[in-house]
Amino acid sequence: MFSGLSLLSLVIWVPIVAGVAVLATGSDRNAGLARVLALIGALAGLVVSLPLYTQFDTLQAGMQFVEISPWIETFRITYHLGVDGISVLFILLTSFTTVLVVIAGWKVIEKRVAQYMAAFLFMSGLMNGVFAALDAVLFYVFWEAMLIPMFLIIGVWGGPNRVYAAVKFFLYTLLGSLLMLVAFIYLYSKVGTFEILDFHRVSLTMTEQILIFFAFFMAFAVKVPMWPVHTWLPDAHVEAPTGGSVVLAAIMLKMGAYGFLRLSLPIVPDASHALSGFMITLSLIAVVYIGLVALVQADMKKLIAYSSISHMGFVTLGTFIFNAYGIEGALVQMISHGFISAALFLCVGVLYDRMHSRMIADYGGVANTMPKFAAFFVLFAMANSGLPATSGFVGEFMVIMGTIKINFWYAFLAAITLIFGASYTLWMVKRVVFGAVANDHVGKLADISSREFLVLGLLAVAVLAMGLYPLPFTEVMHHSVSNLLSHVAQSKL
Amino acid sequence: MTFVAPNLIPALPEIFVLIMASLILVADLFLSDRNRYISYILTQLTLLGAAWITISSGSADAVYTFNGMFVGDVMANVLKMMTYLAVAAVLVYSRSYIQLRNLFTGEFFVLVLFAMLGMMVMISASHFLTLYLGLELLSLSLYSLVALQRDSAQATEAAMKYFVLGALASGLLLYGMSMIYGATGSLEIGKVAAAIQQGGANKTVLTFGLVFIVAGLAFKLGVVPFHMWIPDVYQGAPTAVTLFIGSAPKIAAFAFVMRLLAEGLNGLVHDWQGMLMIMAVLSMAIGNLAAIAQTNIKRMLAYSTISHMGFLLLGILSGTLNGYSSSMFYVLAYVLMSLGSFGMIMLLSRRGFEAENLDDFKGLNQRRPWYAFVMLLIMFSMAGVPPTIGFYAKLSVLQAALQAGYLWLVVFAVLMSVIGAFYYLRIIKLMYFDAPLDQAPLASQPDAGMLISLNGLAVLALGILPQPLMALCAYSIQKSLL
Repeated sequence: MFSGLSLLSLVIWVPIVAGVAVLATGSDRNAGLARVLALIGALAGLVVSLPLYTQFDTLQAGMQFVEISPWIETFRITYHLGVDGISVLFILLTSFTTVLVVIAGWKVIEKRVAQYMAAFLFMSGLMNGVFAALDAVLFYVFWEAMLIPMFLIIGVWGGPNRVYAAVKFFLYTLLGSLLMLVAFIYLYSKVGTFEILDFHRVSLTMTEQILIFFAFFMAFAVKVPMWPVHTWLPDAHVEAPTGGSVVLAAIMLKMGAYGFLRLSLPIVPDASHALSGFMITLSLIAVVYIGLVALVQADMKKLIAYSSISHMGFVTLGTFIFNAYGIEGALVQMISHGFISAALFLCVGVLYDRMHSRMIADYGGVANTMPKFAAFFVLFAMANSGLPATSGFVGEFMVIMGTIKINFWYAFLAAITLIFGASYTLWMVKRVVFGAVANDHVGKLADISSREFLVLGLLAVAVLAMGLYPLPFTEVMHHSVSNLLSHVAQSKL
Repeated sequence: MTFVAPNLIPALPEIFVLIMASLILVADLFLSDRNRYISYILTQLTLLGAAWITISSGSADAVYTFNGMFVGDVMANVLKMMTYLAVAAVLVYSRSYIQLRNLFTGEFFVLVLFAMLGMMVMISASHFLTLYLGLELLSLSLYSLVALQRDSAQATEAAMKYFVLGALASGLLLYGMSMIYGATGSLEIGKVAAAIQQGGANKTVLTFGLVFIVAGLAFKLGVVPFHMWIPDVYQGAPTAVTLFIGSAPKIAAFAFVMRLLAEGLNGLVHDWQGMLMIMAVLSMAIGNLAAIAQTNIKRMLAYSTISHMGFLLLGILSGTLNGYSSSMFYVLAYVLMSLGSFGMIMLLSRRGFEAENLDDFKGLNQRRPWYAFVMLLIMFSMAGVPPTIGFYAKLSVLQAALQAGYLWLVVFAVLMSVIGAFYYLRIIKLMYFDAPLDQAPLASQPDAGMLISLNGLAVLALGILPQPLMALCAYSIQKSLL
């Protein structure tokens, strides 16, 4: 249908062009048109990204759908795109999530609709760009440009404390990213190009590797976010509108871990090995400590935000144990968390739209008035706590399997958190969904509309499908991951 | 002794501008206030004519004339073209603003043209005296432009400060030049460079002279610790004049630094590198930190200028062709952003109201979404966030500094730009997150409105495809300095 040559460009530019079209509808008098255009744009984005999966050669480890053309010759920067088994699934996830977010914001957003929808479409294209870019400057451009729409989404459509959250989000991320830029420039001065694949091959001394590792670490750890640079996330999540939280949790957090896999590990393998203890420690702190923090949250969005940090701890843990189980587990966990966290934030959004409260204490017995919703909420909560047959189980199980080969106690600590995960999620569900109807407001709640049912239903299918039959996901990444591992095993010294 | 007529071709644009400025000065006397727009049109035509002459008379190789005092080379031609463009934009943005403030007079246009002539002479100078001549012509015109609003105490005070400090800086510069003359026996830039290269010159006198020259340059660029005049002048001057001071003269100042340091005193590169480094560090730190505390947007942008000039120095102090062309790119990018930001302030102003407080930007997205979007692009560009031209400007100077081995300087610059991002974000916050304080409809200014759209789109378009401008900068530096 589409030529393999320009597929990735389409995936990036279709949503952006659609975003411009949506923006052109102007004021809220044309809100209906803006919504329809946005949905068409998001669906078109999804349609053009599907061939990436169907035409993907799972037996090949290298880059596919490669596009390359000169861009800024002065610095030998190229417009170089390509995906491998590590990145392709994220592009699909991004396009899929964009459709959900557009539908989820259909009725809820009434102010400046065109700008809201356009921001998500721009972000979709830019995020796809991050996953497809193979030139460091191109990667950086997408990586940073993506902050602009997110900043506006939190700041314009967010909650009462939105300005603080938006600025904190932006500056935190910017600081990390700029150090990564310095690392890129340094590598450029050694290599002479900004090609990420050339960066993979350049040999570096241990000092250089350590410094570059920390420069990358600043960018990616903030994004993941890892303990102790996670403090922007709860603020951003709580203040962001539902759509913003969904994109933030489902995709933006994955970029940090993706950065570790695409840049840190292959460019500075020796430093990554040397500092793996450090990374594993931080990951375990995130998994255990943040899990405990999540337990005491009174605000549902905050609870899910902390749960995200804890789950992302599994991802970084899997990344830095250097075996196939760990990395594939991390990737599966990222995709799965993309579905589950999106679903949970949407569920909270559904409640918030009706009650204008995110406090657990304001709810109770929701199942009596919203049975369909309760079913979905319980399913996603189970998935979040890693119940077998849901996608949440697969990734965590693989990471724990990988970890146990390295060190029993690491695996033990990681496994303990499955208990924490179950406690904070299920306890929240218990207090919100079950029991007697807590107050009149809950008594008057209307169950989910067909629009909300569609969004949650799609996610439920994804969560169950991935939990029951993860092979289509893992076979895509398999060769790329083993290629990455063999690359990382070679010293660059 | 025979008289040989100098080759006038390289100086044709200057001659043309001089003639036209004098012509407008005289013609304006005979125009009634109602027909004043004729002076405006004549000024714009002058710029157009100068551009045409520059293009048709320019050559790819350097041509010296007036006994080596004046040079026409690619760098000069490119920078002059950019100067015309910037001045033309200044005039379009200012038109309605100065009309409403009774500044729409012949003097304004004549002074602008003389200031531009000064810039052109600076850009093409290849002799210390020519440089000084151009600089003084520019400065004197600017002093009077700042004071043009005679009944404004603030403007007069700003003009006084500017004049006194500017005169001091000129004195320093002249003193430094005399030292260099004493050490090398020449004022011609090429000969000075050769004399320093041969090594016969007295090193102490040279270094002493260099210090004074760098101090003078720093004043004209407005970098710390010679920055005191910038905030006061930017705030005190009528916004139209601030826009003018903040745009085209930066191009001339860049040329000035190139001619003096990169061409004339290249042999002392290790001496001036250190000085520029200190100034760059201080400018980036003080400019960015002080900008956070401002509530007046003109003053805030003044401090932002200081920090941008600090970044500009990063490229120059790396002392390589790569660094110089990066700085050239930076200065052009900066001028583009500066034009847009001050232009926007004037677009939001109206009779008796100056939109110069940060709060005047509140809720702009609800009043005029398109203007807010343009300003958003400009602010992100100033902060160096892609995909805008400001990012590539930062990228190119940072890579130049890093190639020259100043890793710590690059890291410092990066940290400072995070601080800088804070106050640019604040403007975006005011425009997008806050409700408007002021519901008065914005005056419709079709020409300025069109230009600000073009300006904003240029910031974005050059951010997506920066290659042509980068290549142009690299080419002109290569042609002029090799």
